[in-house]
Amino acid sequence: MVGYFLKRLAMLIPVLLGISVIVFFIMALIPGDPAQAILGSYATAENLANLRADLGLDKPVFQRYFIWLGNLLQGDFGSSYTLNRPVIDEVLDRLGPTLLLAGTALVLCSIFGLLIGVITAVKQYGWQDRFFTLIALLGISTPSFWLGLVLILAFAVKLNWFPVSGMFAVYGGGDLPDLLYHLALPALTLAAVATGVIARLTRSGMLEILRQDFVLTARAKGLSERKVIWHHAFKNALVNIVPVIGIQAGFVIGGAVYIETVFQWPGIGRMLVTAITTRDILLVQGGVLVVATCYVVFNLVADMVQHLLDPRISI
Amino acid sequence: MSEQLTIETHSKKKAGKTYGLSSWQRLRRNHLTVVGLGIVSLFCLISLLAPLLPLPDPDATNLAQRLLPPLSPGHFLGTDQLGRDMLSRLIWGTRVSLSVGIIATLIASVVGSLFGIIAGYYGGRLDNLLMRSIDMLMAFPYMLLALAIVAALGPGLMNALFAIAIVNIPFFARNVRGVAVSQARSDYIEAARLNGQSDSNILFTELLPNVMPVIIITISTTVGWMILETAGLSFLGLGAQPPQADLGSMLGEGRKMIITAPHEATLPGLVILILVIGINLLGDGLRDVLDPRLKSGTLVRPKARTAVDPALEAKPEEKQITAGNKESVLRVNELRTYFNMGNEIYKAVNNVSFNLIPGESLGIVGESGSGKSVTALSLMGLVATPPGIIKSGSICYNGKNLVGASLETLQKLRGNRITYVFQDPLTTLNPLLTVGDQIAETLKRHQTCSGRKIKDRMIELLKQVQIPNAEDRAKAYPHELSGGMRQRVGIAMALANDPEIIIADEPTTALDVTIQAQVLGLINNLRKERGLSLLFITHDFGVVSEVCDRVMVMYAGKVVEAGTAQAVINSPLHPYTRRLIDCVPRLGKPDKVIHAIKGLAPAVNDLPEGCAFADRCDYARAECQQQQITITETEPGRSVRCIRVSKGEI
Repeated sequence: MVGYFLKRLAMLIPVLLGISVIVFFIMALIPGDPAQAILGSYATAENLANLRADLGLDKPVFQRYFIWLGNLLQGDFGSSYTLNRPVIDEVLDRLGPTLLLAGTALVLCSIFGLLIGVITAVKQYGWQDRFFTLIALLGISTPSFWLGLVLILAFAVKLNWFPVSGMFAVYGGGDLPDLLYHLALPALTLAAVATGVIARLTRSGMLEILRQDFVLTARAKGLSERKVIWHHAFKNALVNIVPVIGIQAGFVIGGAVYIETVFQWPGIGRMLVTAITTRDILLVQGGVLVVATCYVVFNLVADMVQHLLDPRISI
Repeated sequence: MSEQLTIETHSKKKAGKTYGLSSWQRLRRNHLTVVGLGIVSLFCLISLLAPLLPLPDPDATNLAQRLLPPLSPGHFLGTDQLGRDMLSRLIWGTRVSLSVGIIATLIASVVGSLFGIIAGYYGGRLDNLLMRSIDMLMAFPYMLLALAIVAALGPGLMNALFAIAIVNIPFFARNVRGVAVSQARSDYIEAARLNGQSDSNILFTELLPNVMPVIIITISTTVGWMILETAGLSFLGLGAQPPQADLGSMLGEGRKMIITAPHEATLPGLVILILVIGINLLGDGLRDVLDPRLKSGTLVRPKARTAVDPALEAKPEEKQITAGNKESVLRVNELRTYFNMGNEIYKAVNNVSFNLIPGESLGIVGESGSGKSVTALSLMGLVATPPGIIKSGSICYNGKNLVGASLETLQKLRGNRITYVFQDPLTTLNPLLTVGDQIAETLKRHQTCSGRKIKDRMIELLKQVQIPNAEDRAKAYPHELSGGMRQRVGIAMALANDPEIIIADEPTTALDVTIQAQVLGLINNLRKERGLSLLFITHDFGVVSEVCDRVMVMYAGKVVEAGTAQAVINSPLHPYTRRLIDCVPRLGKPDKVIHAIKGLAPAVNDLPEGCAFADRCDYARAECQQQQITITETEPGRSVRCIRVSKGEI
């Protein structure tokens, strides 16, 4: 078990290297002079020359990559020209809110998705199945940025149940209830799409498992349906769904970009959008690298959970 | 033994494993697909015809008429903050969004499939290199990669389109490669290679048509996302730039007016929602058609209890007392279990009656598809429904009719008074639970005693079925045990609550020959020690002689011969019984010729009027299939269903 985890941990290194290579090459796509692009059109000649030397633009591309990577490993992600502060500081400040939002959404979509998936499978062709299948279809077809606006209109503007935007109340906020009060709508919105995906996969996974021989055995033992479904079938279905949840984490983190924009959530997503429109390339690069790393680590955890659930898996 | 048996041509299938959806379900699915197709066609049509429709200029501003609500005169869906007509803008915006989505899909599918097909065809290092790169792309959160690309290229609709296309390439590459790998090793590709066809020729004329279904399936799942995500980038201000507008950028602009003029943001979103629903419905329909696994409608789950003809359903207040027979612990009378598969009815069990006396061992013998397993599963309502249904008959256990009994009643008996041992212990044990837990579970369900006692009893059971190191083995998972050990666990589970009846459904068929003998001996000894009744289902007369007191031969859902095992084996009366017995190899008679029974067992949906075996029978004559052949009692406890017997010829 420990051996497996160590092996899996070691496999992280090539993946992270690959991510760095891809980001490096995407940044190399920038047309024209990267220094110019990074510093903007008002940069002085002196600054441009300095940055070129910093980035090693006079050196061959391989060497440049390793210099860049070396800087990253030392925590030097460069400096944001719009904010005038180190990229890493800004990114880490905003990572917390993003992880909180995405994490909550992921928990919500896992719970709802699995529950809906099991109900629709067990009540196949019943009204529950039809109703929730429709909900799941709506979920995967809804533009989340639109859903966010609609929810704001309904629950914040009309009903006044939830705040319109932000993470804390401007005056007197800052405690946990205030945070949850602000978190509810964005987290639900963000969870909607992934709920649909997980529900659909859980349904087909459960239908597959419920036909297997060991379910017949469980029933032949006289076990209650609750036990047959949750203890026997669901546990087996979960083994295949956990990696899907890992992948959904990627969609949830990506979707957070919209939701943070719609709800004015102070996370990395909103920072990225602003940085792209202001051409703050180093800030984009830093944000993408850090979030991608979080995603990779999360998938590692999902793999390990699957391993813990299923005694048969070994590499 | 099973290797030599020529009658069991393929591994036994549990009844009802493959069957189609009923026509109603098919219709419902098609219905939704048609709705999807309608929505998508409508959107395409409107987008194509947009320049011809009598619409106001979508970019003509009129500040005097800004933010008109929907249904205003002259502006059916109102106007936006610059007084532009919403309907016109929506239609033109849809045109942009739809074309962007389609172009992105084309790029992603062409490039991705090319990667996949090349990696799959050439294999080796090229495959490795390409697929590892694809994996790297997939290590990114999807949307973030698109953002990084837009950041590098700069905001704009074309750049957004490229970004979305690129991030979707991996899905195509992976799916296509998966199929291409297996296709590339197949005979027809080998043949083309040997014929000296060029690689490019093979790739595009031989391989491509065969991976086409996968490409279409992948398109059906990704095109909806691509439209959503490009709209999303536009919404963020990173896609379409004014004055150009797609649905996403309209939504983004309308967002600023969300409180004063909610229609401006909600309408474009609604249009996207309807379009994507249409695409997803159509995609689901396409996948059903193209995915062979779904096509047969195999994904229907069985219910907890076999359906029973409504007329047989027990009323709660009705006390089910049927003429009790003190001599039998189980009395089955005229049982009929059918499978409803669409328009056809398979009569798997067709009027079967038998008696099980306390302490005796009754064998049910027959080929695959003879209805012997379905008979066994019917007893406790374990035949898969759909498609199974008990049409008529009664199953009396201790004077109580189990046909139509409630699920709760059956659950109290299952695993407690009447228990099962199934064929393949690898698939019938839950792979994720330890064998000890699986035995303890059945104890916990039916006994009320402490956890400590249950554990002791569980270990004791493992010892009784002669599993060495019972304490350790209890903690093992099924895959860690050998086939013989697993079946011993299955037997321990069946014995756990001291049942009256054990139903063993081919318990040794999946085991090695030497292990078969051991397991058989174990079952036989335990049954005699405890004086319980055994219903033993098998295709193998060799096993019958070792275990069974009485035997019942089934063919095409009907009993064709019954009697004491001794009598039936020594002097079989039905030609089918004789053929089954002839299939058993004898020790010490190496030159004995083993005859296969020619032909196959008939499908039970279209049975002839008379004897179902006539087509394969050496003694068949015209009248065999002209009338129902009744079962005739030749002597007490011995009966045969054959025209030669009923006419007194033998």
